[in-house]
Amino acid sequence: MNTEKLSNLAMNDNGFIFDPESGYSYTANETGIFILKRMAAGMKQQEIFEQLSEVYDVSEDNFNSDYSHYMLMLEALGLVAFEGGSLESGSE
Amino acid sequence: MNPDLSKLDITIAVTGLKTGDNPQPGVPVIRSIRSAGFTGKMVGLVYDSLESGIYLDDLVDQVYQMPYPSAGADAFLNRLDQILERTQLDVIVPTLDSEVILYIRLAEELKRRGIHTFLPTEECFLLRDKTKLESFFVPQGVPVPKTVLLTSISQLNTLHEEIGYPCFIKGRYYEAFKAGTWEEAVKHFYDIQSRWGLPLLAQQIVPGEEYNIVIVGDGEGGTIGMVPQKKLVITDKGKGFGGVVVKSPSLEEFARKIISILKWRGPCELEIIRGYDGTHYLIEINPRFPAWVRLAEGSGQNQPAAVVLKALGQKVDELPACKTGTMFVRHAEDIIADISVMGEVSAKSELIRR
Repeated sequence: MNTEKLSNLAMNDNGFIFDPESGYSYTANETGIFILKRMAAGMKQQEIFEQLSEVYDVSEDNFNSDYSHYMLMLEALGLVAFEGGSLESGSE
Repeated sequence: MNPDLSKLDITIAVTGLKTGDNPQPGVPVIRSIRSAGFTGKMVGLVYDSLESGIYLDDLVDQVYQMPYPSAGADAFLNRLDQILERTQLDVIVPTLDSEVILYIRLAEELKRRGIHTFLPTEECFLLRDKTKLESFFVPQGVPVPKTVLLTSISQLNTLHEEIGYPCFIKGRYYEAFKAGTWEEAVKHFYDIQSRWGLPLLAQQIVPGEEYNIVIVGDGEGGTIGMVPQKKLVITDKGKGFGGVVVKSPSLEEFARKIISILKWRGPCELEIIRGYDGTHYLIEINPRFPAWVRLAEGSGQNQPAAVVLKALGQKVDELPACKTGTMFVRHAEDIIADISVMGEVSAKSELIRR
């Protein structure tokens, strides 16, 4: 998955996200911003799950399912790109 | 470094003081010049006694009504000479599309009167005319949406073959409306023609995101300042009432290429669409500051102050990088004044405050 664009986003702890290239802004909830910040720092899905599960009570299955939905949303917004064109081929 | 105008003991005149739903750039240009420390005399040149900036006590020291540009050069110079009997004008910053060409053509006459401007050459100005953009820029590798010059209503009959619907029907200087069908195109054609006359333009709609860039060109192909914004709030007239400074190297490179081709001298605003395939298209070049120019100052580039110094022939270094994420939201407010202020401008064509 190409997450290069995420590293350019300005994110604050309130969940406000600004894309300086397009001028678009978004909001994410607490877990959304938690994941996005780690993706922007280059972390992979498994690593993010390990960190998230230290803070939130979440099973790996639930996490993986929600993570996939989240990635599809980010792709629709043009913030990540799945190499090969599908989530499966691009997810770690 | 941004220009410091605090030591400048001159008189600066600015045009276009109307704010409101279709704001002119004069008021923000004056605010930016003042915020560069300028304490000299500020003159407003207006066409209408109801231009709202007249009624702001702290904006201009003197107001003079000018004849409309359509009245011609003689009327313009005669009025200027009358004004010069009252006060010297050292620099004029024109801010309206329809008057810029007059200031360009009369540059020598103005200089003889001690008035300085910082504007493009006439050739350069004409190349950015909406009717010439496609033929001039496309061969130079700058994409421009397909455009048809409309001099008669009958041309709409073949528009579906030439550019297709939906498209924009545009006035040469002002206004643009989207037409989804021939019937809508006819309606917009007559509407715009009745207000602004012919020719009109029909322009292909490129799907993508619009960006606006305020630039001061140095006249040698380079830029003194450049601030790109994405509109956040758009009124029903298509005016940006809110925007945010963006940072996009490809957009900036595209804008620099245009300025370099034209060797643009002075302020301008580029309207650019980034198509969904990533291609940039030049939509318009407006030959003056936009009404949102305070965003440039707010993000770290006082472009109006730079134009004043350049008009005076002073060296101005490239302005500092603008701060991405700086935003503006336009706020309208009622000004309370005595009717005698309007009476003064209407009856005497001038208002002397200080």
